[in-house]
Amino acid sequence: MVKTVPGPPGPGLQDPPPGRYTARERAAALIRRRHLTPYLLLLPSVAVVGALVLWPAAQIGLFSFQNYGLPQVIGTAGTQWVGTANYTAILSDPEFWLSLRISLIFAAVVVPLTLLTGTLVGLLLNRLGRRMATFVSGAALLAWATPAVSAGVIFVWLADPDGGIVDWTLSRLPPWLGGGAHWVNFSWTNAALPAYTLLTVLVLWQGFPFIAVSVLAGLKTIPPELHESARVDGGGPWRIFWRVTYPLLKPIFLVLLLLSIIWDFGVFTQVYIVIGELGNRDEYNLGIYAYDRAFTMPPSYGVASALAFILTIVLLIITVGYVRASVRQGAIS
Amino acid sequence: MRLGRAGLNGLGLLVALVTLFPIFWMVSTAFKPATEIYSLTPHPLPEHPTLANFRTVIDGSVIGIPYWNFLRNSLFVTLVAVAASMLIAMLAAIALARFRFRLRTSYLIMLLIVQMLPQQALVIALFLDFRRLGVLDSLVGLTAVYTAFALPVTIWMLRNFVAAVPREMEEAAAIDGAGPVRIFWRILLPLVAPGLVATSVFAFIFAWNEFVFALTFLGTDTAKYTLPIYVQYFYGRGSVDWGGIMAASTLFTIPVMAFFLIVQRRMVNGLVAGAVKG
Repeated sequence: MVKTVPGPPGPGLQDPPPGRYTARERAAALIRRRHLTPYLLLLPSVAVVGALVLWPAAQIGLFSFQNYGLPQVIGTAGTQWVGTANYTAILSDPEFWLSLRISLIFAAVVVPLTLLTGTLVGLLLNRLGRRMATFVSGAALLAWATPAVSAGVIFVWLADPDGGIVDWTLSRLPPWLGGGAHWVNFSWTNAALPAYTLLTVLVLWQGFPFIAVSVLAGLKTIPPELHESARVDGGGPWRIFWRVTYPLLKPIFLVLLLLSIIWDFGVFTQVYIVIGELGNRDEYNLGIYAYDRAFTMPPSYGVASALAFILTIVLLIITVGYVRASVRQGAIS
Repeated sequence: MRLGRAGLNGLGLLVALVTLFPIFWMVSTAFKPATEIYSLTPHPLPEHPTLANFRTVIDGSVIGIPYWNFLRNSLFVTLVAVAASMLIAMLAAIALARFRFRLRTSYLIMLLIVQMLPQQALVIALFLDFRRLGVLDSLVGLTAVYTAFALPVTIWMLRNFVAAVPREMEEAAAIDGAGPVRIFWRILLPLVAPGLVATSVFAFIFAWNEFVFALTFLGTDTAKYTLPIYVQYFYGRGSVDWGGIMAASTLFTIPVMAFFLIVQRRMVNGLVAGAVKG
């Protein structure tokens, strides 16, 4: 082996006697001898991610222990360390508890709903003929591909009190299905419950395709003989799913569950659109509340950072589970 | 529950139609005149299709700035961020796929975690930093942030693509006397090209759709808005023009959908990381 790119070069080649080489050659030799190449290749990504993602995350932590408001930004007063004052202020703030409750309930409702719908569609896709499966998964992918902003304005328009098709349809349903004239001009966005009902449908619509396609990809890895022999042994679809399919796909379900929790607990853009930007404070989830405290006058970056930090920590705890599940799956080798 | 072929197909058709309905309604509304949009009985299809909504969006007669302005902003931010993140991610991917070194797995795990950090939290600190640096109202600052936030996923995806290229090809070229640079251009790059395209599309979709940072950084400087912020601004103006909003939304959404269909399968694999690895 004369010289290869991967791995260290053979001994002798990279250790020229000093003095007879230019500075450039000496630097190249040093890089090879110390195996610095991978670190140099990583340097740009470390710098960019460090400066624009990790450093801001650390700053959020720092700011959450400071009083950092408008005077500090325009420079009429310096920032001071205030200990845990921001956190104690949050804990006695009813708006924080309301927003946390909304985030938790929303995730608790939407995550199972998305997983269930996605799994059912995935199972359906697996049994459909080729052309029908392509059509259905194509439709699902379009929903998934719809940008959050577009999805937000589309659903607000669908549920618009003046001319929206949702109210029109509901007002024409028979009373035993809950229909009736009280749906005429019903506003879905000016109270928390209807707004988050609309958001549930919206996030479900955007979220189930990923689950369905992932479950389908998992189903394709199961040898068909397994299902066939289970069927020959007299297992019904329900039994086959829980005894054969689910145990084999369990790792996938775990990853999908954790990803869904992270996404639905942290949902921002769709909520921002549906609740009509900032202002309807009783419709905030945790992320929107943190954002509001930072960007509604007068700004309180310290309190906002504390809220953002809490959000980040909750998501990080779930992320640790996600990473462990991925590692166990051999994603990192 | 045993469904026949017809039952399954019927169910599939139902799922597809329900799923497509919101998108259909967006496009359909965009082509309707106001009388049909706000009529008491909804019209599924425009009875008198019109391009008036698209015209108001494109010539900017409602908010005073033509659509092209926002398209240009979005294209600038997106294309520069894609190019920058691909360059940086490629270097990192080679390091992670071709070298064994300490901190390698730690770095990969760090990227997985970083990817999950909530953007609405980090935007607070980035806003204050950018304000101090004086790059708040600039598309350049936004581009830098998009590059950084695209990196974790793009590095992961590219690393898998690079790892899939057999090492022996590079070793053979090295034996024939090719240097590292030559091996990269002549062997690795051509073989990784399809993966590079898929990864760029992912970065493109992320930057094209991004909302929180653009909303926060660009503030009230309407002329600098990217398309998602423009659609939101159009929608949030109070006097709601649903025809115009749906037309703007359609023009913003269609390119993403086209790209999405191109790379769908690789996207899934990239996101579920190893879980679906068969």
